[in-house]
Amino acid sequence: MSGDGMRGDAATLRAVRAQTMLWLAQRASAAVLALCVLVHLATMIYAVRGGLPAAEILGRTRGSAAWGAFYAVFVLAAALHAGIGLRAIATEWLGLRGKAREALVAAVALALAALGLRAVWAVVA
Amino acid sequence: MAATLQVRVWRGGAEGAFRGYEVPRRESQTVLDVVTYIQRRLDPALAYRFACRVGMCGSCAMTVNGKARWTCRTHVSKVAADGVLEIAPLANLPVIRDLVTDMREFFDKWARAKGEFVPTATRRDPPAAVRPATAARRAADAAIECIGCGVCYASCDVVAWNRDYLGPAALNRAWTLVNDVRDGALAARLAAVAGDAGCHACHTQMGCAERCPKQLVPTASIAGLKRAVGRAVLRGEI
Amino acid sequence: MIGWRARNHPAYWAFLVHRLSGIALALFLPAHFLVLGQALRGEAALDGALRWTEVPLVKAAEVALVLLLAAHLAGGLRILALELLAWRGWQKSLAALAAGAAVAVGVTFALGVF
Repeated sequence: MSGDGMRGDAATLRAVRAQTMLWLAQRASAAVLALCVLVHLATMIYAVRGGLPAAEILGRTRGSAAWGAFYAVFVLAAALHAGIGLRAIATEWLGLRGKAREALVAAVALALAALGLRAVWAVVA
Repeated sequence: MAATLQVRVWRGGAEGAFRGYEVPRRESQTVLDVVTYIQRRLDPALAYRFACRVGMCGSCAMTVNGKARWTCRTHVSKVAADGVLEIAPLANLPVIRDLVTDMREFFDKWARAKGEFVPTATRRDPPAAVRPATAARRAADAAIECIGCGVCYASCDVVAWNRDYLGPAALNRAWTLVNDVRDGALAARLAAVAGDAGCHACHTQMGCAERCPKQLVPTASIAGLKRAVGRAVLRGEI
Repeated sequence: MIGWRARNHPAYWAFLVHRLSGIALALFLPAHFLVLGQALRGEAALDGALRWTEVPLVKAAEVALVLLLAAHLAGGLRILALELLAWRGWQKSLAALAAGAAVAVGVTFALGVF
């Protein structure tokens, strides 16, 4: 086998390892999100009874390390999960490949994480 | 039972059109019988493929009323209760002419998925003893009866959306070899079926399992590959 | 490309609901985060942003989002079961179970919010 071929094989192997890790990350984040979403749905169904005043939301979250940690984990898992999910959609429905796709996915995941953590800070601090 | 069938058959290549034919309705008539009648009695220029006519060779698959099917074992009564048939070439493969598709990419992907048995013993070694009740043997058994007809490949949206995707048949084949204890190419095969062009691209739409004429469930085989590859990557084996 | 006659089966619908609900949730998240971020400017600012939720159309959209979230959760659990557990030929019952659970959550939320 030529040297080029060997380098090609090594690069391919690195790529499929990375893609497999993305699949594992998608399933792991899904498992975390499953728990978070159950808590979130229960909280919402409870919270919306009789309107949604800011005082009620902030009364629950302000100064609560537990809610802060919960929502931080929730946001990070959601940003990762949405980014990887959009990667498949960008490939299959938008025809994106290579660097353009990975840049778009990273931008979406980082933007969601930043906006989400800012929101968590806003309701907890 | 109507006396005649109204049949629309795809004529031409990628650019083409349906042409209408009237075919006498018969007892126990298969879709392949209908196509054969058209070619022999009405339109000798019609191109189509078949060989065994008994569901073994996998060469007569076509799109019948919108769904990929093996035509030799598909009774008209099952798919055309109203006496109307629309017969087209398989989807997701280049059309050569009429009902004949170019199957090269389909079989090339079997090779890319390392669908070839790699022996670890020679003819001088005693035959391997593989117990029928072991989990690996049962997993291979459940997936082994594939006849390579291409119905699953033509029923999968991921194949259409991602031209590099190996597809259900090639991955199902790889899964049978992953479960073959006599095979000596496990790591190379897992690497070949990993990632965006391999098992991890499957979205469990299950068009393959829905349509497989042998009632195989390629989705289950692909799920097995996803787990096996994931484990191998985490353990640093590939 | 395969047509809709071939796609019309439970697992394909489950896929489509999962993908479209995922896209809708990803599009909604920035708005959700920006509204909650108003709390940085105080309780009154957050109340101002939340006043929108009193509009019936927005309430209906909220119910739709909760339904989509429940559907994405239930459909996601189905995928985890299909991919990670031993195969039992149970995929259609799982799709039905996922649909049922999502509707139940959506209705419960709707009864509370209206």
